[in-house]
Amino acid sequence: MADVTVLAATGNQMVAEAFRQAAVDVLAAYPITPQTTIVENYAKYVADGRVHTEFVAVESEHSAMSASVGASAAGARVATATASQGLALMWEELYIAAGMRLPIVMANANRALSAPINIHGDHSDIMGCRDSGWIILFAETAQEAYDNSLISFRVAEHPEVQLPVMTTLDGFITTHAMERCELMDDATVLDYVGQRVPENPLFNGPGPVGHGMFASLGGSYFELKKAQRAAIDNSAPFIQEAGDAWAEVSGRPFEFVDAWKCDDADYILVVLGSAAGNSRVVAEQLRAEGIKAGVARIRLYRPFPAKEVVAALKGAKAVGILDRSDAFGAEYGPVGLDVRSALYGEGLLIPTRNYIYGLGGADVTLDAIHQAYAELQELAAGKLDQSLSYLGTR
Amino acid sequence: MSDLIEIRWHARAGQGAVTASKLLAETALLKGKYIQAMPEYGPERTGAPLKAYSRISDLPIELHNNIVNPDIVVVLDETLLSIVNILEGIKPNGILLLNTTKDADTVRTDLQVPEGVTIAVVDASGIALATIGRDMPNTPIVGALTHVTKVVAVEALKENLLKTFGKKFSKEIVDANLSSVDRAVQEVVCK
Repeated sequence: MADVTVLAATGNQMVAEAFRQAAVDVLAAYPITPQTTIVENYAKYVADGRVHTEFVAVESEHSAMSASVGASAAGARVATATASQGLALMWEELYIAAGMRLPIVMANANRALSAPINIHGDHSDIMGCRDSGWIILFAETAQEAYDNSLISFRVAEHPEVQLPVMTTLDGFITTHAMERCELMDDATVLDYVGQRVPENPLFNGPGPVGHGMFASLGGSYFELKKAQRAAIDNSAPFIQEAGDAWAEVSGRPFEFVDAWKCDDADYILVVLGSAAGNSRVVAEQLRAEGIKAGVARIRLYRPFPAKEVVAALKGAKAVGILDRSDAFGAEYGPVGLDVRSALYGEGLLIPTRNYIYGLGGADVTLDAIHQAYAELQELAAGKLDQSLSYLGTR
Repeated sequence: MSDLIEIRWHARAGQGAVTASKLLAETALLKGKYIQAMPEYGPERTGAPLKAYSRISDLPIELHNNIVNPDIVVVLDETLLSIVNILEGIKPNGILLLNTTKDADTVRTDLQVPEGVTIAVVDASGIALATIGRDMPNTPIVGALTHVTKVVAVEALKENLLKTFGKKFSKEIVDANLSSVDRAVQEVVCK
């Protein structure tokens, strides 16, 4: 019988708890800023003998991911955590983890990238690796960071998936804020995540194997990359299955896109992560005034749930897409590009406005959200164009 | 969400405002409330001015931004009064709780506090020195806060202190903290 403890905890604490409960074999991490207290908490579990994990304190994030790659190839259940410049330094190894189809679970505290120096919350770091081949989940709350982290193990290690998963939460807003959370008992979680059954482990296998070998000119490399694309595209049903299984245990639903009052909405904001709550608060206020506002929150970002996004947006008169990072030089921010492409794919030419907001931890005020909805009404009336825009700048 | 109570804390880094914001929220959680407590991280240097926030509600809390219109403002360090606009955005019928040796009337005049705002004063630093033996005004000020605002019961706070501090600290320290709460409750003056 599942046993739930209600506690006041930060997002970092909840992710550390998830890793502990998942009985991670190896956790390699670099402990200095911009590392989060996820690893600090985890190191305490190790010191207190509460986990069997081999904790490897490496000398950089690049090494953290290198060690994770090795351990995962050996057959271990592997988790790690990073943020900001740390994630940027891992970049090379991220592609290796995905290309080798290693089911590593990594938490990322979504934060800004230098320059100028800033380690506060935004999505610049995570968007830098959106094409790396990792499955990427965005949590809105500390509770969801926990849920997503547990779901990640089950997805990553599923025999039909075998891909690394990033479970992300917004820096400071979710990582450092204390909220009411529900912690499931250890046995129930362990039963949910199960055991990793590695397919071709370096250790304990029937014979010698090679991982991450040389793939000659074009031919096999190209075929493997095609297979890798198929792997992440085809992972969606297994992600839903893992989310549903956790929903059955926890009572908290899992949807790729949380389409809040989108069914009859004229004006919808698309948002990732912690800004969704504020968006819903404003949408609710607008609904009280007779304006049909909705919020589509994307929880699974890679593979991109184009079908679900379109289903949420299809009836809208105008759509605002919130981006907490920029894709410099592109026509729009990363989420703006994804959503517009998804709409086009379905032949929907709903006018959209892409907003860059909250960079470097800039507070997301209710006024800013009001401004976005007000502009969507002008956009629908043909009084505004679809150019890239900003919320909360001077 | 009309039952939502929003609290802004002003302090200098090292005075325990973040701990205080969490202590209050944690206590409310134990009484079945939904809570949030978060620091606003700036330059993390001891002595630098900082803000922290607590939200307490009977319903799940959707908001995740900084608190701009607090119901309650708590100031742990009176040297901040001349450098930070501690009244910024306070609700017209809000509560201002200060760690100070000044009386409420003086504070009202000095800071031009609007009439509708209740002022509560307590010498939390003095109490902390006398009971805990260090200028850590956070526990007594949370004691005064619970007494003045009834956000949670004083007894709930003491229960929580006993439970959480009891795990980490000696009986002597826990008792000192509990008596700092009692004294703050007795000494806080509201006007």
